[in-house]
Amino acid sequence: MDYTNNPDVKLPLALIINMPELKENPFRNRIVESFSEDGLGNISFNDFVDMFSVLSETAPRELKAIYAFKIYDFNTDNFICKEDLEKTLNKLTREELTPEEVNLVCEKAIEEADMDGDNKLCFTDFENMISRAPDFLSTFHIRI
Amino acid sequence: MLTLFYHRKHLQWGHERQNWTMEQWKKVAWSDESHFLLDHVDDWVCVCHLPAEEMAAGCTMGRRQAGRGSVMLWAMFCWETLGPGIYVDVTLTHTTYLKIAADHVHPFMCTVCKNSSCLGVSGSLIPADAESFRCFRESQEFVEKYEGALGKGKGRKLYAYKVMMMKKWMKFQRDFENFRTACIPWEMKIKEIESHFGSSVASYFIFLRWMYGMNMILFGLTFGLVMVPEALMGRPYGSMPRKTVPRSEQAGAMDFAVLWDFGGYAQYSVLFYGYYNNQRAIGWLKFRMPLSYFLVGVGTVAYSYMVVIRTMARNANRDGGGDDTSFNFSWKMFTSWDYLIGNPETADNKFASITTSFKESIVEEQESHKDENIHLTRFLRVLANFLVLCCLAGSGYLIYFVVRRSQKFALEGLENYGWWERNEVNMVMSLLGMFCPMLFDVISSLENYHPRIALQWQLGRIFALFLGNLYTFIIALMDEINLKRREEEVVKYNMTVWQASLYNGTVDDNSTTSTIPVDPADVPRGPCWETMVGQEFVRLIVSDTMTTYITLLIGDFLRAVFVRFFNYCWCWDLEYGFPSYSEFDVSGNVLGLIFNQGMIWMGAFYAPCLPALNVLRLHVSMYLQCWAVMCCNVPQERVFKASGSNNFYMAMLLVILFLSTLPAIYTIVSIPPSFDCGPFSGKKRMYDVIQETLENDFPLWFGKVFSYASNPGLVLPFILVMILAIYYLQSTSKTYKAANMDLKKKLQTQNEENKKKNKRAALKAEAELEEARNAVMDGERNYIHPNGQLLSRIPPPCGSADRPPAPRGSEMAGYLPGNPRQPGPRRQRSTNSHRY
Repeated sequence: MDYTNNPDVKLPLALIINMPELKENPFRNRIVESFSEDGLGNISFNDFVDMFSVLSETAPRELKAIYAFKIYDFNTDNFICKEDLEKTLNKLTREELTPEEVNLVCEKAIEEADMDGDNKLCFTDFENMISRAPDFLSTFHIRI
Repeated sequence: MLTLFYHRKHLQWGHERQNWTMEQWKKVAWSDESHFLLDHVDDWVCVCHLPAEEMAAGCTMGRRQAGRGSVMLWAMFCWETLGPGIYVDVTLTHTTYLKIAADHVHPFMCTVCKNSSCLGVSGSLIPADAESFRCFRESQEFVEKYEGALGKGKGRKLYAYKVMMMKKWMKFQRDFENFRTACIPWEMKIKEIESHFGSSVASYFIFLRWMYGMNMILFGLTFGLVMVPEALMGRPYGSMPRKTVPRSEQAGAMDFAVLWDFGGYAQYSVLFYGYYNNQRAIGWLKFRMPLSYFLVGVGTVAYSYMVVIRTMARNANRDGGGDDTSFNFSWKMFTSWDYLIGNPETADNKFASITTSFKESIVEEQESHKDENIHLTRFLRVLANFLVLCCLAGSGYLIYFVVRRSQKFALEGLENYGWWERNEVNMVMSLLGMFCPMLFDVISSLENYHPRIALQWQLGRIFALFLGNLYTFIIALMDEINLKRREEEVVKYNMTVWQASLYNGTVDDNSTTSTIPVDPADVPRGPCWETMVGQEFVRLIVSDTMTTYITLLIGDFLRAVFVRFFNYCWCWDLEYGFPSYSEFDVSGNVLGLIFNQGMIWMGAFYAPCLPALNVLRLHVSMYLQCWAVMCCNVPQERVFKASGSNNFYMAMLLVILFLSTLPAIYTIVSIPPSFDCGPFSGKKRMYDVIQETLENDFPLWFGKVFSYASNPGLVLPFILVMILAIYYLQSTSKTYKAANMDLKKKLQTQNEENKKKNKRAALKAEAELEEARNAVMDGERNYIHPNGQLLSRIPPPCGSADRPPAPRGSEMAGYLPGNPRQPGPRRQRSTNSHRY
């Protein structure tokens, strides 16, 4: 890594997700991808700093909501659709729930949060839902 | 200089106006500058060239614009008249051109052309029109203002200096912020705990750290403004009766047991109230000791209020709305994973608990809300509350009884009794604090509440238990104070007798004989009730701390050791069965912390050493509990926080603060201070020190103003105004809440409307699609290809049997069936709508 002649170093995804802070996180791939410029997970130093400052204690709620939306949007279509929810749930429970249960939970979640009736969550829906959540700020936090 | 850029711009300008009429060209003003050398030849050469060769290398030369011995002239003309000729004495750059343009061209244009549609063309710079001369004028002003910043002109040095100072200041601020963040203690410890146990256990340690910070400030106040001045500038030990151990106690004053009990030398030191002298000003600084003591006492309470309320406000701001149950599943999905977890075992635990929580919610959602046996549940809950009340009453009576007994012991002399009798009160209180919560836990299993609600009930009951214990303790203390005051009367009487005996029978009071020197240790002493109160609190804190640590060691550490090593030779699996490893009890520990802080606030006025003691205690607690948690505890299986925010614990802290300052205020206001100990001795009431200071140290008008301000006639209206303000603020906040609910409801109904509309639209679209498909199949059934091929019959879809077939051959010409085609179905539909 020649820092003098090539100062824009980008670290690959595989290296970052082995950090002790991220190692156990089921969403580590998505976290790194959503902060990388190319969307594939190669992050530069600036992206790295951005990532940990959004996840820090003092980041404002709105900023965290924006990035949480990006992280949970697996297919990056700016909507959290049912497939995204299913993937989230499977990652959270390590696929211990039966498909019917997964289906039920995803449908309930969309029913609760979807405001404009298009069966997927746009950013406004997500933000409206997450801004009321009491645990959001304390769980969406990595200390470094 | 006509660079390529401006060349192109000129060309573009020309092309745009190549169709202009004569009238339009009459409105244009033409300008240029030229350079006349006065004393030498500039090597200007006249060339003749073809139009195409204008810019050819052989026909152009470099040009100097201005310099010594040369003159630059700038002039302009238009159709009507000649314009001004201006001598330019500086290098013609954009800056100076703007100046010239603003100063001369614009006025000229205004005089020549009455409307603003005139244009100016210059020889070597960008063409402009009259409107942009306004722009030039503004630019000129801008340039003059920021001359320094542009690097030219006189303001440059000052500006550069300002910029440098600004940069240095920002760097200093950033470094200071970094330093401040680096100073925060135990950050790595908390991070480790977070990664192993999640955020709820770590919240206890963050709370502990916050308390430590607050206690440091309190310690700074009491140490710096009360203890140190008296130690440095006050009379030394042994110079006064109040500062000396009495003769009778001197034998055992250095014993460890006595010191541990805060008697002996510990009692007669700056640690307690009784040591302080009531001299109005001490030392060369004329430090007002009694005033400082009083103000520090008031200041610690005021500071604590301010800090707690500020933290509550900040937390309330952060967490937005309250508890909503309308986003149950969404919140579970998006906020249940704790990003702080970094340990594989904890992660496994967390996954398991999330799965369980989802399964539970699904079950709750699926089964109907039938309240089976509501009467039984209600009866059980009432029974449980009754049992709890019995417990609380029982513990209150027990403490009262024990305190009475200890008073009896004290009257008969403590030396006759063993260790238990002497420390009975403290031990009983600590033991009650340990066992009653467990009892409450068992009782609450009768109630069958949701775990979060059960936790809140549990916390409420423990809170009531501690509060009851504390107040019983205070009542007992009051009794003792009254006892001591009666004793004081007796001692005062005895003092006169003793003094008389000193003079060996001299009855004459006006005798001017010199006082016989008496060793301070021999003077009879009054019972200093303030010191006694301080001592009681200190002993209580110490015993509480000891109990906590011993419980920790036995309950957690020894238990973990037992489970670990005896598991091999035991009948059942110890790790999963009965003892197993303990979980960290967040709420119990937080409550303990809060109540300890309450006791500090209560006792800090009478024992200035309490904040120091508390700082030490918190420091040790931090390390000990961090070690214990990492070593002996397992992560919790089900994580339920008492409330979403930390404000629940902050609210309890505020209540405790209020309740603990009440007894202190009562004693200050209503009980006269002891006559021979403490900084207020000799006064009628402790707050008289304020009056005294106002009379002696402040100018006369200040005292008058203060007396006017404290006039009841002024204070009462002020209180009235405050009450009205509170009422007004509360009613506005109610209206805001109602408006908020309204908006929420509107949003909800709008959401439902949208969903219904979308569903209807979706159904309609589906129905139409279905119809279209049917029609297509119908059409295909009756269709005959123009080249005579008969197509295979497609069985008609159900529901279309009632539709009469329509002759569609002409429209279907040239299309093979089965190909997806857009116009077909549409045409069908239009035909259909025609028909029906």
